Amino acid sequence: MHEMAICLGIIQIVEEKVHERSSSRVRSICLEMGALSHAAPEAIRFCFAAAATRTVAEGAALNIVELPGVAWCMSCSKSVEIARRGECCPCCGSYHLQVTAGEQMRVKELEID
Amino acid sequence: MTRTRLVEIERDILDKNNGIAANNRGLFVADDLLVFNLLSSPGAGKTTLLVRAVSELKCSRWVGVIEGDQQTSNDAKRIQAAGVPAVQINTGKNCHLDAAMIGDAYRRLPLLSGGILFIENVGNLICPAAFDLGETCKIVVFSITEGEDKPLKYPDVFAASSLMVINKIDLASLLEFDVGKAIEYARRVNPKIDVIVVSARTGEGFAALYAWIDRQAGRQRRAFEDKGR
Ligand SMILES: Nc1nc2c(ncn2[C@@H]2O[C@H](COP(=O)(O)OP(=O)(O)O)[C@@H](O)[C@H]2O)c(=O)[nH]1
Ligand SMILES: [Mg+2]
Ligand SMILES: [Zn+2]
Ligand SMILES: [Zn+2]
Repeated sequence: MHEMAICLGIIQIVEEKVHERSSSRVRSICLEMGALSHAAPEAIRFCFAAAATRTVAEGAALNIVELPGVAWCMSCSKSVEIARRGECCPCCGSYHLQVTAGEQMRVKELEID
Repeated sequence: MTRTRLVEIERDILDKNNGIAANNRGLFVADDLLVFNLLSSPGAGKTTLLVRAVSELKCSRWVGVIEGDQQTSNDAKRIQAAGVPAVQINTGKNCHLDAAMIGDAYRRLPLLSGGILFIENVGNLICPAAFDLGETCKIVVFSITEGEDKPLKYPDVFAASSLMVINKIDLASLLEFDVGKAIEYARRVNPKIDVIVVSARTGEGFAALYAWIDRQAGRQRRAFEDKGR
């Protein structure tokens, strides 16, 4: 279950920041996840509560900003949005696409007390 | 009175793994090593392919193997029986290798300067794609018993790999597998992926695999020289 490994990664980053700021409570965590990243937002939401139990992140709200997948079409020389890998260019139908954005999984910001 | 503060972070969730992977990559480059991270579903033939490849490659250079499985050291024993050093990692409940596991395992291998390290990842076509180990590149092994559309069903691993090895071609006459279609699907998710068709059982296609490995060695040497200039 790599979603669990990803949630533990999130909590580790949060713990570091919370210690740096000598805070004790995390109200919310904001993530940025691309449509072409290695995990689905639903799966992360599902795992997060369990992963956060008895950590500083317990009870924190998880806000996930979902970003679109973007690719460069080498056939029609346009930047196009794709929902998943293996889709064709919505403009010309070519599969000759180079992904340019939407692969990120980032902790963007925290709200702490 | 507590006050709620907003803290900007902007950090990759896999930052810690990526940092250790960068460290591993530094060690591998310093030892002038090619490192291939092999990914596949369980049973595609990674270990059979490695046993054949290391038996032949060990005549011309240092070769070592790191084996990842949830349990048992059967695969490391198969490699050792071929006369090549191998370290087994048991990931337990974990379904992928991570960079820290590779850093530890690498220390348990003899020095392989100028040679090749193969990493056999846990048989799983999903999450190993997300975890950089510090490898030169990833290779996906895909057997013809799995159906042509695997690359469309599990695109991340095919997108992350530089080479797709299509294995078990000795079974082609029994299975009606359309190699052209499999390649077309793989290139939908990764237009740049190289393809080699082999049989780990008969050895068909291995000359092409060794030629591909030599090209990666040449590429690495040129990159290193360019950096030195
Ligand atoms: N017919 C045939 N069988 C193969 C080939 N490569 C592997 N196998 C068989 O596939 C099974 C799984 O192989 P193994 O190397 O353990 O797969 P791994 O899980 O990817 O390491 C074994 O029974 C092998 O003998 C091949 O090229 N042709
Ligand atoms: Mg194996
Ligand atoms: Zn197009
Ligand atoms: Zn995993």
